[in-house]
Amino acid sequence: MRRWLFLIPLLLALLAMTAIVQAQEGNPDFPSDDDVNVIAKQLYCPVCPNTPLDVCETQACQDWRDEIRGQLAAGWTEAQILNYFVEQYGERVLAEPRRQGFTSLVWLLPVILTLLGLYVLTRILKSWKIAQARAPAFEVESPPIPPETLAKIEEEVEDMW
Amino acid sequence: MIANTGLVALILAFGLAVYATVFSAYAGWRRDSAWLLSARNAALAVFPLLTLSTFALVYSLVTRDFSISYVADVSSRAMSTFLRVTALWGGQEGSILFWAWLMSGFVAATLLRNWRQHLDLMPFVISVAMLTTGFFVGLALFLANPFARLWEVPGAARALVAIFPPAEAVQFMPADGRGLNPLLRHFGMIGHPPTTYLGFTGFVIPFSFAMAALITGKAHEDTWIRATRRWTLVAWVFLSIGLILGGRWAYDVLGWGGFWGWDPVENAMLMPWLTGTAFLHSVMITEKRGMLKVWSLILIILTYALALFGTFITRTGVVSSVHAFAQSALGPAFFIFIAVTFIGSLYLLLRALPTLKSEHELESFMSREAVFLLQNVLFLAITFAVFWGTVFPMISELVTGTKITVGPPYFKKVTGPLFALLLLLMGVAPLFAWRKQSAQRLGKALMAPFLAAVGLALGLGLLYDMHPGAIFGLWLVTFVFLTIALEFWKGMRARMSVRNEAPWTAFVRLLDRNHRRYGGYIVHLGVVMIALGILGDAYLKQETQGPLAVGEVMTLGDYELRFDGLVQYPGSDGREVVEASTTLMRNGEVIRELRPRRDYFVVQQQPVTIPAVYSTLGADVYVLLVGWEEIGLRSSTFKLYINPLINWVWIGGLFMILGTVIAAWGTSHRRDVTYTLPSQFRSNVVVVGGSG
Repeated sequence: MRRWLFLIPLLLALLAMTAIVQAQEGNPDFPSDDDVNVIAKQLYCPVCPNTPLDVCETQACQDWRDEIRGQLAAGWTEAQILNYFVEQYGERVLAEPRRQGFTSLVWLLPVILTLLGLYVLTRILKSWKIAQARAPAFEVESPPIPPETLAKIEEEVEDMW
Repeated sequence: MIANTGLVALILAFGLAVYATVFSAYAGWRRDSAWLLSARNAALAVFPLLTLSTFALVYSLVTRDFSISYVADVSSRAMSTFLRVTALWGGQEGSILFWAWLMSGFVAATLLRNWRQHLDLMPFVISVAMLTTGFFVGLALFLANPFARLWEVPGAARALVAIFPPAEAVQFMPADGRGLNPLLRHFGMIGHPPTTYLGFTGFVIPFSFAMAALITGKAHEDTWIRATRRWTLVAWVFLSIGLILGGRWAYDVLGWGGFWGWDPVENAMLMPWLTGTAFLHSVMITEKRGMLKVWSLILIILTYALALFGTFITRTGVVSSVHAFAQSALGPAFFIFIAVTFIGSLYLLLRALPTLKSEHELESFMSREAVFLLQNVLFLAITFAVFWGTVFPMISELVTGTKITVGPPYFKKVTGPLFALLLLLMGVAPLFAWRKQSAQRLGKALMAPFLAAVGLALGLGLLYDMHPGAIFGLWLVTFVFLTIALEFWKGMRARMSVRNEAPWTAFVRLLDRNHRRYGGYIVHLGVVMIALGILGDAYLKQETQGPLAVGEVMTLGDYELRFDGLVQYPGSDGREVVEASTTLMRNGEVIRELRPRRDYFVVQQQPVTIPAVYSTLGADVYVLLVGWEEIGLRSSTFKLYINPLINWVWIGGLFMILGTVIAAWGTSHRRDVTYTLPSQFRSNVVVVGGSG
């Protein structure tokens, strides 16, 4: 019995996929502009820098959107469509840089440097704390002060600023 | 004629800027007051000269002198006088002159205001500030001259651009100019460049003081910080206004339903703002506790370098971008200048390092010092992430030859968590005491806002079925808002109970007692509001797109949009307008008519999509006319956005400005406090304390 357990997730995945396909087929408008835009949002055409495909007005971008519509109608998945554009036009069409090869550096370096910064900060703070501990310290036990007096003091200190 | 006067003034300004740079440094070195006075007068004279030059260019723009290449490039007969004036910063050459002019204004104001108190620093303040000003005047003179004219040379296909007439050339006067880039014809774009430039140039003043302090060996004192505190605030607030106006412009003109696209030019502005904000906070520690002297210096050096880098990116188009309207030969000049000043200032810092040992002492990690430092690290981390994402496409192309895009998803994912942490610190930091904070007391103080925020966020989140990120964001924003509100309330309550003041009086007097602190809190409130707007944009936004025939309705959320018809007509400023009339309804009830349109600028061959917006504090309904069928104009495609909470971004911006103005304003009552001493000490001694 146990060795067939691995089938359960597969079966679930299959069910989910059928559900998706049914949902899409059940919708007579598929693929709608919104379906196209979900994918277009993740793409940039090479001609219009910094304008995502879903809002770009140029003829080239309209053609790309029509292409996506055709691919969706033909039953392509999102990943397939994105891959198609990367293969045709290069990685620059992706809004989100990939996490592989040299490009992964764009993701990694900020994380590494942030962690490094925090590490250095703790080290520095610790060293200051040690220096402070070595310095002759004098502690003042503060006697309990009634809250009204405290408020009054705060108020007057405030006025001196 | 007038333009030639402007040109001559520009040449004189350049000469005087170079003179002031060299001889003020010489005066500082030889401690020679005669040379110093002469250099100061030269520096002061640059401002009226550049004013003359700038006005000459404005005059040429207004009087349609198309024989000047710049005027022909950025203005046209169809443009209104107002737009022709703003064309001063609508292109490369004018922008650089404008930058130099603002810079010289800042220098003149500083010299007049701070001359006496800081005479020892002045020689090098003048030298550094005039070096920067001179660099820009030099650019305007040699590489991007706004007064260059068009010349017709026999045999040449196109008119030549030159200052002096080439051989056998006759002056060429086109019948009309090309006109301002249509995207720039908007109030946001009219206010955005001047405020941004004021911000950029303003940071040169604290930088100059810092360098002067390093050169004269006075950087271990905090005189340079005190002297420039207001200048820093002025620069910071203008840069903030510039950022917000830029966002408003993008929202109104670019037609994609958002206000921040992580475009390289936007990033270029954000970076000096981030380091400048870190600087504003770190100098507080330097002033109050004598700590972080080197750190504050590093931050101002970075801010100055990033402000130059921002101008570099904007003006040279080195990173291709929708903003990079200009491509030119300025790149190398900028690059060298930034490199030289950056390395030079780091050298000065290293040289002075032995004198900068501050009294570092830290009693506890639970102290305001530690929290401030953490906040500074976060600001720098965000700055680096933004910088790295902005320049990485260039690096990738250089190293691997592959062109890539680093789009908004990268910036959102990398900086989002850091910004959230920063926001949290902003809420709790004011509750941390200097030196040491008892964790128990802090916990007690924060418990109520923490729980209230959890309740509100969970309640609303579950009610509206929000994304977990949205629920967290809502908690964060509420929590931080409540901690700040509590700070106000504590101060007010003390006044109300001790002095029996009415709540409103207590509030006003509280503000008046300590402008820096409460002004700062108001800025923080503004930041919370902006965060709320960003939260709405990130998680709660809805959009849909589709074709509509006349009479058909599309639905999004509670709203319905009915298409009523399409008209086409010639508009002002040389545009062809296609305008749709639509009716916005909510749950079947008509709210109002909305008219999204597409303006086509014929000369520039550029379409501009103008949204129609129904705006409330809760949400904007933002309608775009995306396309239409040419034949019969019957069916049109619309894009409909619901942008919840977006107006809080603009309101928050106003709070930031208001708070900064309050913080920069000197506390009005310089009230002397007189203490009565116990009788045994009573003589003629009177202790007098002023306000800071």
